[in-house]
Amino acid sequence: MAMTTAAALTRYADLPALIGLMEGDEKHKGAAHSTLDVVWVLYDRVLAVTPGTADDPARDRFLLSKGHGPAAFYAVLAAKGFLDVPTLRSWTAFDSPLGHHPDRVLVPGAEIGSGSLGHGLPLGLGTALGLRARGVHRADGAEPRVVVLVGDGELDEGSNHEAIAVAGRLGADNLTVVAVDNASSSHGWPGGIGARFEVEGWTARDVHGRDHDALYEALTRPHPGRPLAVVARVRS
Amino acid sequence: MRDTFAATVNQAMDEDPRVAVVLAAISANMFRASAARHPGRVIDVGIREQAMIGVAGGLALAGMRPVVHSYAPFLVERPFEQIKLDLGHQGVGAVLVSIGGSYDAAEEGRTHQAPGDVALLDTLPGWTVYAPGHPDEVRGALEAAVPGDHPVYVRLSGTANRTALPVNGRLSVLRTGSPRSAGVVVAVGPMLDRVLEATADLDVTVAYTSTVRPFDRDGLSELVGAAGNADVLVVEPYLRGTSAHEVAEALGDRRHRQSNLGVARDREVRAYGTPAQHARAHGLDTEGIAKAARDFFLV
Repeated sequence: MAMTTAAALTRYADLPALIGLMEGDEKHKGAAHSTLDVVWVLYDRVLAVTPGTADDPARDRFLLSKGHGPAAFYAVLAAKGFLDVPTLRSWTAFDSPLGHHPDRVLVPGAEIGSGSLGHGLPLGLGTALGLRARGVHRADGAEPRVVVLVGDGELDEGSNHEAIAVAGRLGADNLTVVAVDNASSSHGWPGGIGARFEVEGWTARDVHGRDHDALYEALTRPHPGRPLAVVARVRS
Repeated sequence: MRDTFAATVNQAMDEDPRVAVVLAAISANMFRASAARHPGRVIDVGIREQAMIGVAGGLALAGMRPVVHSYAPFLVERPFEQIKLDLGHQGVGAVLVSIGGSYDAAEEGRTHQAPGDVALLDTLPGWTVYAPGHPDEVRGALEAAVPGDHPVYVRLSGTANRTALPVNGRLSVLRTGSPRSAGVVVAVGPMLDRVLEATADLDVTVAYTSTVRPFDRDGLSELVGAAGNADVLVVEPYLRGTSAHEVAEALGDRRHRQSNLGVARDREVRAYGTPAQHARAHGLDTEGIAKAARDFFLV
């Protein structure tokens, strides 16, 4: 079968097909990925990073901490030109850069290797503090931001709560966490996930995780002096 | 050694804008002046060792050179998965500097002791490990480590040898045995002075290193080749036999014998007291080393 040209597969509507290249041709399954809409909105509308600026110290950074189910992430990277579309077909092969958990050394555009839960937020905090200590800014004066995606189940890991406390206390407002909440935590979060962040000095916002405009608004409204947590609720 | 560590790193912070210090409350007072001089480059995360290593990994990803410091059990053992993943797997490095190795914190008990630190790091690829035997060697190790990018562990000790030796990655020969000598003794870090004393009346070559990894296999091979017997006794200040596989690799091309002294693997010494008392309990005092050497070299 002839490969569709990569240039054509650049839209949100193409993501299920791209995911299908990895997971098989089940389009409804592809669209069901809990992280799909968040990752798309980030790369499409929020983050200042392109394949051309992937090594720029002043780029925005997206850290997929919840490394499970990375097909949606790989699909977005492919749609945005970080990855070649044909590479998706090699998914999980021995010599493929694309495994069930992303490896930053192998995947163009991946900022961290993840899979073991609870590592992305401390790494993201360190990255945010490092960029600030170096005084890194873009030409327009903007400070690069660091966005970490975690899952609500992942928040079970105590390492997250170490980083949440430190980030809040240090006022790392160049750090954003998107917590994709599909109610998969074993024991739940009474009072809500956002409250865990707010009490530590973060700004927390709660949005529907499939609503692109609501995600965009929550991710871009200013939050001076406080890191930002966006809780994105999804059903699956 | 801790004072030399702080002085060396504080100076490095003044000279190199990449250098950042990450702490978990321990020794924070030694970096207060640098914290004031260099905002954002001394990060005390409080008593949160997972975040300490994770933040260090993030700093390295952002182009900084993190120096991370705590007691050995809280620096290496508690956040070991962070060391494996947030540094190694990300392809970035940091300089980890520990105190309290083995039984230096004798009065604190087992919770503050980590004789397995070097053996644990030995399960990960790419680490350079220093066990300095003198404060000047601490400076040498840090001056080699801090300008780089790769992962380095510097294991400070509460005991020191009388004289510093070069930190150049190679075995230094302190005493050369005759062509008919009984073999070679390798002393690591703070073990040197007592090894010299313990083996004073033996015809052996005594060599020293504070660079534990990469181990100087070629140097050992050469020294053993010149000795009367291919028998090697390694005296290390941490878990017994930590470098046994290095000796086996170095001498894999010939018949040889080896013996290893270090902190006992087969039992927990459930006692307080002083480091000297613990050294005796593990056979790492001068008398214990002398007896083990006589037994091994069959004299």
